[in-house]
Amino acid sequence: MKRFVGFIKKEFYHIFRDRRSLFILFGMPIAQIMLFGFAITNEINNVDIAILDHSKDVTTQEIINKIASSKYFSIKQLIQNEAEIEAVFKKGKVKAVLIFEKDFSKNLTKENNATIQIITDATDPNTANTISNYTNSILQKYQQEINKNIKIPYQIIPKTRMVYNPELKSVFMFVPGVMTIILMLVSAMMTSISITREKELGTMEILLVSPLKPFQVIVGKVVPYIFLSVINAIVIVLLSIFIFKMPVQGSLFLLGIESILFIITSLSLGILISTVSATQQTAMMISLMGLMLPTILLSGFIFPISSMPLPLQVISNIIPAKWFIIILKGIMLKGVGLTFIWKETLILAGMTLFFIVLSIKKYKIRLE
Amino acid sequence: MSISVHNISKTFKDVTAVNNISFDVKEGELFGLIGPDGAGKTTIFRILTTLLFADKGEAIVANYDVIKDYKSIRNHVGYMPGKFSLYQDLTVEENLEFFATIFGTTIEKNYDLIKDIYVQIEPFKTRRAGKLSGGMKQKLALCCALIHKPKVLFLDEPTTGVDPVSRKEFWEMLKRLQKKGITILVSTPYMDEAALCDRIALIQDGKILEIDTPQEIVKHYPKKIYNVKTDNMYKLIECLKSYEHHYSVYPFGEFVHYTDKRDDFNPNELHRFLEEMDAVNIIIQPTETTIEDTFMELAK
Amino acid sequence: MNNKNVIKVENLTKKFGDFTAVNSISFEVKKGEIFGFLGANGAGKTTAMKMLIGISTPTSGSAQVADFDVFTNPEDIKKNIGYMSQKFALYDDLTVKENITFFGGIYGLSRKQIEEKRCLLVEELGLQDIVNELVGSLPLGWKQKISFSVALLHNPKIIFLDEPTGGVDPITRRQFWEMIYKTANNGTTVFVTTHYMDEAEYCDRVSIMVDGKIEALDTPTKLKEQFKADTMNDVFLKLARG
Repeated sequence: MKRFVGFIKKEFYHIFRDRRSLFILFGMPIAQIMLFGFAITNEINNVDIAILDHSKDVTTQEIINKIASSKYFSIKQLIQNEAEIEAVFKKGKVKAVLIFEKDFSKNLTKENNATIQIITDATDPNTANTISNYTNSILQKYQQEINKNIKIPYQIIPKTRMVYNPELKSVFMFVPGVMTIILMLVSAMMTSISITREKELGTMEILLVSPLKPFQVIVGKVVPYIFLSVINAIVIVLLSIFIFKMPVQGSLFLLGIESILFIITSLSLGILISTVSATQQTAMMISLMGLMLPTILLSGFIFPISSMPLPLQVISNIIPAKWFIIILKGIMLKGVGLTFIWKETLILAGMTLFFIVLSIKKYKIRLE
Repeated sequence: MSISVHNISKTFKDVTAVNNISFDVKEGELFGLIGPDGAGKTTIFRILTTLLFADKGEAIVANYDVIKDYKSIRNHVGYMPGKFSLYQDLTVEENLEFFATIFGTTIEKNYDLIKDIYVQIEPFKTRRAGKLSGGMKQKLALCCALIHKPKVLFLDEPTTGVDPVSRKEFWEMLKRLQKKGITILVSTPYMDEAALCDRIALIQDGKILEIDTPQEIVKHYPKKIYNVKTDNMYKLIECLKSYEHHYSVYPFGEFVHYTDKRDDFNPNELHRFLEEMDAVNIIIQPTETTIEDTFMELAK
Repeated sequence: MNNKNVIKVENLTKKFGDFTAVNSISFEVKKGEIFGFLGANGAGKTTAMKMLIGISTPTSGSAQVADFDVFTNPEDIKKNIGYMSQKFALYDDLTVKENITFFGGIYGLSRKQIEEKRCLLVEELGLQDIVNELVGSLPLGWKQKISFSVALLHNPKIIFLDEPTGGVDPITRRQFWEMIYKTANNGTTVFVTTHYMDEAEYCDRVSIMVDGKIEALDTPTKLKEQFKADTMNDVFLKLARG
């Protein structure tokens, strides 16, 4: 045990003496959150929506058909009452719900105006915005069609309401993404670099030719980075709460546990990378190209997974970050508990176990 | 026997790094592996320190088999790899403390063993290892390899890239360690360091050319060597090579080491030959055989 | 060997902030001479050499290399010198032929000249069988011989060698020195920087740098006499210990 503690102490010396990396490590979360605070426009494609039709008449049916036939939306579910709205959102099944008021057709012909309510999930503010714009344009088009031969035009009034993030703050949406990236970077890249550095220096040879067990070397390398990652996660959450006034809806305890799970996933990936690379440079390249890029591009952090081509959607399933982002959004923005995210948690845990077993198998107690 | 190696071979892809090598090192002996870069010295060290498997053959270190008992070996040997493997961002003291801890000991416990060496770098104990000179790094690396009082010490090219003063001091330290009963296997590309070992193995291209004491190895040289010098080195070498009786001609510092095919060689004859070739300031004098001469003769 | 000086250095100094890396050194090197530039790591020899090959501007003093001034004509110096270091010499992932073509090209040789030079080299060094092999697959000794020849492709007046034979096997090392002697005999000055004292024994004259200053400069024989030592190694030991 004393050996192990001595090892960890040494690791902390390394980390705290490399001022530049340390600065990047703790400066990055701040910089990234600021950076991604700005909105980025995205296209939408086949967004799942649900429909609550109180009227069920010819006009609503026509509008529903118009929406269903557009390439932007696919109708996932027809729901029967207001109470179900909350449930479909929380399950993450749909991004928006359209509600037709009672007697829609009658109101339109008699009063010359009828109301349609659009409720969007604004945890992803760009998508939410785009959804409401696209819906409006479909409605307007329909309106023009029916108004062709009529003197006093019929008017459909859309009322948009955003739930979960009504102020449309992009930063809320990016917080889970940034947190994922940072944890991935600190855990996977820094660990793999720090292990390969020992190989490059030749100190790994001495460590191997010492009574220290390989398992101890690896765990010793990993512990400081768990610590650093947890600090980073806390910094990010505090930043979001106090600077951007982001309300964290769910349990902080659950958030912590899930974060640690993801940190361990990333660390095991880092160890795996270090077993296949001989130099720090290779480790860095593999981490950046093999981990960071897919994480940024395919996790749903910047580009909504629902608007990706099918092959990429399939690939996105093997990106651990995708599941962690879903978990984070669930906890932070929707306030859901484990009952809603147990599936994602299980997937992430499974991946972690797989990577750990693989890296233990790959780790060599000799040089070749 | 402290180390015994039997018919060890090791091949990397299509390169045979070590080719059927056998040697024994006695307890308390200072044994040198002498050979140029790429001779296979590092591979031998890695096999003996359990870092590599040999393709065939067996090796015993401190009575443990390098394959079956690798864990015990790792407890009982000290190893200093080719580059001084220290943590550049840790101070002298922290490096030493770290290696003591991972070997389950403390600096105080084995201070006797490293005292001689450590006092030389102690004034710089708060300096980071990366900021030390080559000689000081070498001393610190040696201290780190010794801190757990190993039975056998493996030193892979400990004097490469170190200035002559530190090299000399280093060999003096090894002699003192040897007196404390530690078996030392050391490798070096410097032929002049061979003379400082008890016994040496000359090694090239993965093969051992000869094993013996430095004194004996030199005696095996079949010829009498002459130092030859004139005003123009290039012309001298050309002349000597054109001399029909020459056996070997090698530039050796400011002289040329010359040996003759004939057993009854008379230097005056060569002197006359060189004069005929217009050489000036001719010097021909008998000289001692060096390990390097022997090495070249064996490697030919 | 005639008496023309191809390197003239007077009170050359280089300071980095408060630290004087090279402290007012003066020496001359003759045409066709093999000049050993010795010193421990950190004694300032690399800094001094960088000034001589025109990639570092001196703080003060003066130096002419191949008749060009290091302050005013560093670019002309570069055209008239060759450089070979043990650490970097040739590209491992190019063939011998491609290396020769590349280095010939960067020294401004025409395609025809490169072609001629290559044939000459292949002939002299016996490269027929390996000219299309990757340099990385060749033994160290071959690499060194080829890189030395490549450094001489553009017929430089002076060739700078940085620790040329450290770690090489003794026979290859001799072959290498024979090449150096030949080059010097043809009138090219050879400037060898090294901290291997046994390399020093092969030079016509050597200077030994200690802490930025040249502490000794003479032929190896005279230095050994002066310091009452058997080898250059002992000379160095005596110098370093004061």
